[in-house]
Amino acid sequence: MFPYLIRKLFRDFQGEILALPTRTIVFLACIGLLILPLFTKNPYLLRVLTLTGIFAIYAASWDLLAGITGQVSFGHALFFGVAAYTSALLNLHLGLPPVLTIPLGALAAVVAGLVLGLPGLRLKGPYFSLASLALPTIMMGLVFTFPQFTGGELGISGITRLSTSRIGEYYIILIMTMGLALAMWKMATSKTGLIFHAIREDEIAVRASGLNTSRYKMLAFCTSGLFAGLAGGLYAHFMRVVGPSTLEIVMSLQIVVWTIFGGIATIYGPIIGVFILFPMMEYLRVVAELRMLIFAAIVVITLRLMPEGLTTWVQDLLERECPRCKERNAFTRANCRVCGTGLDPGPNTNIWKRGA
Amino acid sequence: MWEQILVNGLISGGKYALLAMGFALIYGVARIMNLSHTAYYMLAAYLIYYLNQSLAVPLPLAYLLAILVVLVIGVTTYHYLVAPVREQFTAVLIVTLVMAIVVQEIIFIFFGGHFRSLPPLIPGTTTLAGIKITYQHLLTLATVLVTLTGIWLLLFKTRLGIAIRAMAMDREVANLMGMPESRIALVTVAISVGLAAISGAMVAPLLILDPLMWMHPLVVVMAAVILGGLGSIKGSILGAFILAFAEIMLVFTLPKLAYLRGSVSMAVMLAVLLIRPEGLFGIFMEGER
Repeated sequence: MFPYLIRKLFRDFQGEILALPTRTIVFLACIGLLILPLFTKNPYLLRVLTLTGIFAIYAASWDLLAGITGQVSFGHALFFGVAAYTSALLNLHLGLPPVLTIPLGALAAVVAGLVLGLPGLRLKGPYFSLASLALPTIMMGLVFTFPQFTGGELGISGITRLSTSRIGEYYIILIMTMGLALAMWKMATSKTGLIFHAIREDEIAVRASGLNTSRYKMLAFCTSGLFAGLAGGLYAHFMRVVGPSTLEIVMSLQIVVWTIFGGIATIYGPIIGVFILFPMMEYLRVVAELRMLIFAAIVVITLRLMPEGLTTWVQDLLERECPRCKERNAFTRANCRVCGTGLDPGPNTNIWKRGA
Repeated sequence: MWEQILVNGLISGGKYALLAMGFALIYGVARIMNLSHTAYYMLAAYLIYYLNQSLAVPLPLAYLLAILVVLVIGVTTYHYLVAPVREQFTAVLIVTLVMAIVVQEIIFIFFGGHFRSLPPLIPGTTTLAGIKITYQHLLTLATVLVTLTGIWLLLFKTRLGIAIRAMAMDREVANLMGMPESRIALVTVAISVGLAAISGAMVAPLLILDPLMWMHPLVVVMAAVILGGLGSIKGSILGAFILAFAEIMLVFTLPKLAYLRGSVSMAVMLAVLLIRPEGLFGIFMEGER
C-alpha cells in the first residue's frame, strides 16, 4: 500500500510539476518560503511576507469572482471588512479563540456574499461593478454610526494573537495561503470552474444548455466571500486591530491592480502579483514620497509590455501548447509529452515582438 | 431648515451633476470607466489654491488658469496613456486608477496631508426671500446653471453634440454613419475633464481640501451615473441631484446620523436598481461586449 502511494506521489510530482517549468518555479518558491525562517529571523521581512500571504488569499478570491465568473465587483472589501469585524468582535466580546472566530467571520462573509448576490443576479456588466461599490460604503457608514460597538474611527484593538511567536504566525498564514490557493485553483479548474468560465463568456448560452446560472453565480459569490472572509479573519488576528480602513474603496480597488498585474482569471496570477507588488511597495518605503509614483510606473510599463498580465506572459514564454491535445509542454521539447505531436518551434522566442 | 436643505442640496447636487455628466459622457462615447475623473476635480481645486496662495495670482485668473491646466493634463494623459489600451476594460481600470493615485501622491508631496481652505471669490452675504445666503453659494449655483445650460445647448443644438449623443447610443452605427470615432472621443474627454475641473474650481472655496477628497465623490458619481442609467445624460444629472438631496436631507434632519450619509445615498441607488436594473433612463446595450 505505502510503497505504491509513494511511487504514485513521485510519479505525479514528476509528471505534473517537474514537466512544466512554471510549476517548477512555483514549487521552488513555495519551498523557499517555507524554509525561509531557517535562514533569517528578520521580524520585518517575516511580517511583510505574512501580510503578503493574507492579501494573496484576498486577491485570489476576487479573481474567482471577477476574473473567472466575470462578476467584476468593486466592493470586494465588503467581505474582507465584514469578516475582520466579525472575528474581532467575537474574539473581544465572547472570548472565542481564533480557531473559531476565523471560520465564523468567513461565514459572515458568505452571508455578505448572499447579500451582494441580490444585486449581482439582477445587474449586468458595468451596472453590477458600480452598484457593488455601495455595500462597503453602507457598512462603513454603519461602523461610524455605532462607535461604541465598532470602535468608530480607531477601530477595535486588543484582539488575541494568532500564535505566540512571529514564526508561528508566519507558518500558520503561509500554509493557509498555500492550501487555500490550491483549493481555489482546483475549484477554478474543476467542472464547476468550467461553468464559471462559461458564464463569464456567454451567460445566455450557459442557460440555454440547461444550467441554472443563478445558482452557479450565487455559488461564486459565496465561495469568493468565504475565501475573502478567511483572509479578513486572519488579518484581524494578525494585525490585532481592525479599523474602517478594511472597508475603504482603496481596499477594493488595489486588488484589481494586483490581479490584472499578475494575470486575471488564473487564480495563481493574483497570488504571484501580490507576492511581487506588496513586498515591493513595503521596501519602497525607503523613498517614501516617490514610492507610489514608482509603483505606478512599474504597473503601467508592465501592462504595456504584457497586456495579459505577468504570469500569462511568462507561461507563454516558457511553455507551448500542443496543437492537438492542448496539453502544455516545456519550451525545450520538440514533441508533445502526451500525444507525441510535433510542436511548432519558436513563435515566442522573440520576447519584444509579443504584447504591446 | 428646509431652505438650508434646498440651497445645500442644489449646490451639492450641482457639483455631483457636473462630475456625473462628465463621467457619463466619457463612458457613453468611449466606454471608458474613468476612475481618475474626480482626481481632476481635486487637482483643479489644489491648483487654484497653489496659484492664489503661493504665486499670488488674483483669484479669477487663478480659476481660469487652473481649469486650462487641468484640461491640458487630462487630454494629454488620455491621449498617451488611456487611448492605447481603450479596448481592454481591465487595462483602462488600472491605468485610470493609477493616474488618480499618482495625482493624490503628487499632491501629498507638494502640499502634505494638511487640510487647507480657500478664500471665497466674492465675500459677503445677502438675504434672498428670507434666506441668508453667501455670495459664494449664489455664484456657485449660477455657475452650475450656466454650465449645465451650456452643455445642454452643446449636446442638443450643435452637430458635435448630435455626434456625441449618437456615439453614446450606438458606437458602431455612429461610426458607420461617418463620425470620426477617435476624434469625437478626444473631444468628449476634453469636455468631461473640463466639467470636472469647473466643478472642482467651483466648490473649492466651500470645501476643505485634502489629498483624499477624490474618493467620496468618485463613489457618489459612479452611483449617480448608474442610478440614472448608463449612456443617458439627463439620467446622470437627475441621479446626481437625487443622491445629493438624499445626503443633505439626512445631514440636516438627523444630524446624529450624519455618518450614514454615504450609506443612505447608496441604499437609494441599490433600491432603484433592484426595481429597474438598467437605471432610470438607461438602455441595455445588447450585443456589446
